[in-house]
Amino acid sequence: MLDPAGEATRAAAGRLGVTGVTRLRIGKAIEVELDADDQASARAQLELLSDRLLANPVIENWNLERLEPASASPT
Amino acid sequence: MTVGIVVFPGSNCDRDVRWALEGCLGIPTRFLWHEVRDLSGLDAVVIPGGFSYGDYLRCGAIARFAPVLEEVRQFAERGGAVLGICNGFQVLTEMGLLPGALTRNEKLHFICEPAELVVQRGACRWLQGYADGENVTFPIAHGEGRYQCEPHQLRALEEGGQVVLRYRRNPNGSVGDVAGLSNAQGNVLGLMPHPERACDSQTGGIDGRRLLASLLG
Repeated sequence: MLDPAGEATRAAAGRLGVTGVTRLRIGKAIEVELDADDQASARAQLELLSDRLLANPVIENWNLERLEPASASPT
Repeated sequence: MTVGIVVFPGSNCDRDVRWALEGCLGIPTRFLWHEVRDLSGLDAVVIPGGFSYGDYLRCGAIARFAPVLEEVRQFAERGGAVLGICNGFQVLTEMGLLPGALTRNEKLHFICEPAELVVQRGACRWLQGYADGENVTFPIAHGEGRYQCEPHQLRALEEGGQVVLRYRRNPNGSVGDVAGLSNAQGNVLGLMPHPERACDSQTGGIDGRRLLASLLG
């Protein structure tokens, strides 16, 4: 899938003097905080959200990454 | 004969569509705020251009969940005539009423200019007022109008006669020069160009009139 914004940015990288960039694609990072009973339930809800709302699978790929809040105490 | 015109927060061609239908063609219209569910008495629904919900997330992504569109989906599935123009086309693809997606223009520019189109009307109810192969000029005004779908999907659309409008000079990098698509049944049409801006002879020609008047029979 052509990513014209990524291509324009790659060209700008060359003009900055960083000439070795062979691939640059631009996407989105979306931070979600979610209340759920357990991790499996959280993952299922996030997969639904990613597939049906946050991304359009026709033109976008997505993956989930779990971030631990820096100050959270383990439970 | 009454045509519903969907209005989202951020729609900006709703009044243009009303002027084209009522002012130029004498067809009564009713605005449908995004929260309404009552489509009673309507013969067709237009989803107009603009920036529904500020184009947040993706063009048309939030609009897909509007209450009025649940009703529009059922209306379309019952064979009701539905027209999506520009942002309305983006909404129809997000809803899955039409396949594929509209993405950022190849050269990144927002393009606002007249576009020459070739009609291949097939079974599309909105285009029966045109001849096959006829050239028409409708304005385009979009930043995200590059139609994308899988090659096998494009072949199926072409073989099924659903690619009903093509650009003569592709302005945005759309696959197959796609400017407008019909569903297989012919009652749903989505297109990036603006037929409602080609209905008043004082502002941009009248090539769009036959599209909007097609439902009068």
